[in-house]
Amino acid sequence: MPNLRFTEQPLSKWMSSGGKDSDIVISSRVRIARNLLYAPFPMLATSEQSEDVLKRLEDVLDDERIQAFGKLYPILLEDLDDLDKKILVEKHLISPSLANESKSGAVFISEDESLSIMVNEEDHLRIQCLYPGFQVQEAWEKATSVDDIFEDHVDYAFDDNRGFLTSCPTNVGTGLRASVMMHLPALVLTGQINRILSAVSQVGLTVRGIYGEGSEAMGNLFQISNQITLGQSEDEIIENLYSVVLQIIDHEKAARETLLKESHLRMMDRVMRSYGILSHAAIMESKEAAQRLSDVRLGVDLGLIDSLSPQVLNELNVMTQPGFLQKIYSENMSPGERDMYRAMLIRDKMGK
Amino acid sequence: MQCQECGKRPATLHFTKIVNGEKTEFRICETCAREKGEIIPGTTGGFSIHNLLSGFLDFNPGSHSHNPSAKIPENLRCEECGLTYSQFSKIGRFGCSSCYKYFNDRLDPLFKRVHGNTVHVGKVPKRAGNHIQVKRKLDELRQKLQERILQEEFEEAARLRDEIRELEKTLSAE
Repeated sequence: MPNLRFTEQPLSKWMSSGGKDSDIVISSRVRIARNLLYAPFPMLATSEQSEDVLKRLEDVLDDERIQAFGKLYPILLEDLDDLDKKILVEKHLISPSLANESKSGAVFISEDESLSIMVNEEDHLRIQCLYPGFQVQEAWEKATSVDDIFEDHVDYAFDDNRGFLTSCPTNVGTGLRASVMMHLPALVLTGQINRILSAVSQVGLTVRGIYGEGSEAMGNLFQISNQITLGQSEDEIIENLYSVVLQIIDHEKAARETLLKESHLRMMDRVMRSYGILSHAAIMESKEAAQRLSDVRLGVDLGLIDSLSPQVLNELNVMTQPGFLQKIYSENMSPGERDMYRAMLIRDKMGK
Repeated sequence: MQCQECGKRPATLHFTKIVNGEKTEFRICETCAREKGEIIPGTTGGFSIHNLLSGFLDFNPGSHSHNPSAKIPENLRCEECGLTYSQFSKIGRFGCSSCYKYFNDRLDPLFKRVHGNTVHVGKVPKRAGNHIQVKRKLDELRQKLQERILQEEFEEAARLRDEIRELEKTLSAE
């Protein structure tokens, strides 16, 4: 029987604490890609080879130092139904490609869900640390120490010149992808966002929607991550991201202050209108939900709304995704019914 | 025109895809497009980084002409996993770690484009990479030695020279 603890609760334990600068940075994530020497990469590996990779990596869970990070629960993807897979993707605990394509795919998830170790995804091993707020350095430190423990047990594919060898050429070298999810409504409202995002892309960073490659930014949430993995050290990558994010935080703060000072009434109106609609609407499409939740979050951050906690909004961001809605209400919903249940759920959570 | 996916909402996104002269059209509403997570409906997984990469890989190093068939030697393949270079250039992914060795001559331009760099300077595995760490340390010390000599700090330079000799010994002993 697969472990269902991770798909029944929408809120990961780590989400209940805010973390540094959590009014602007929702979460920080670090992912390290590694492959074992000798076995072909998962794309070409046979079922036996993939099983062998899984077994060798699973053995590392017995190491006491790994257990010091809290109990890790191994889950085989083949034991999960499609809905549970979808929910793990919505919680960012696994990637869509692990959910859909992998042979002998597995994930080891820590009790608080801040550490998730994927096996047989695009690469044999992907170590991911997810922290609340702006804690990208802390996430890197944890990920690299988990990496050290794995390296004690297995031989990695590594080359003097190219570094850690990965399936995709975009990850070679450090195999490190560090990213922060930022809520930037004031920069969007004041029309500064494009200028800032294009500046970001000029210093080796990239901006994406919240569900990774190919998705657009919804609800003013932007994921900023490093693009370069070869020719920069891990510390340089983390420091570069850190300093750029720090500057974006300052810009967003300044834009929020300007909005409050110069258009207080209009801000109040916008925020309360969205709050009102979310509390009373009978149909809510996902795009509108994301935008209205963003307005309300801004209202909470600016002190215009004091009856809601940011945790409720974190929870709603996850729960209003299709997977969770299906889990709560019914698996066979048409998109129209989903919009109705989404509205119902939001009304409930907003306490009306 | 209704959305071809849900059949309910009006189609607002129209795509035309031309592959080998064959034209397919696709009409879809924004909601379905988003739910499918596809920017380009009709392709599995949408337009991904791999599509972009394969554009780079058809590229002959040092040339700006674009004629893929003329450039990739047909016999260029990874002896370990069997992946050919032309397969690699289509899917944009390596089959195993040995592909890096067999395709090595063609990788610098690709890495230069993606990362702006071709050589790793980050973390090194402790067990497998001990000699790399020693080599890096040696490079660093040699550079320091040059600086000290230029600044005529010969006492410090002599100390660095001894340290370098010691390290060279451990490296050759490995």
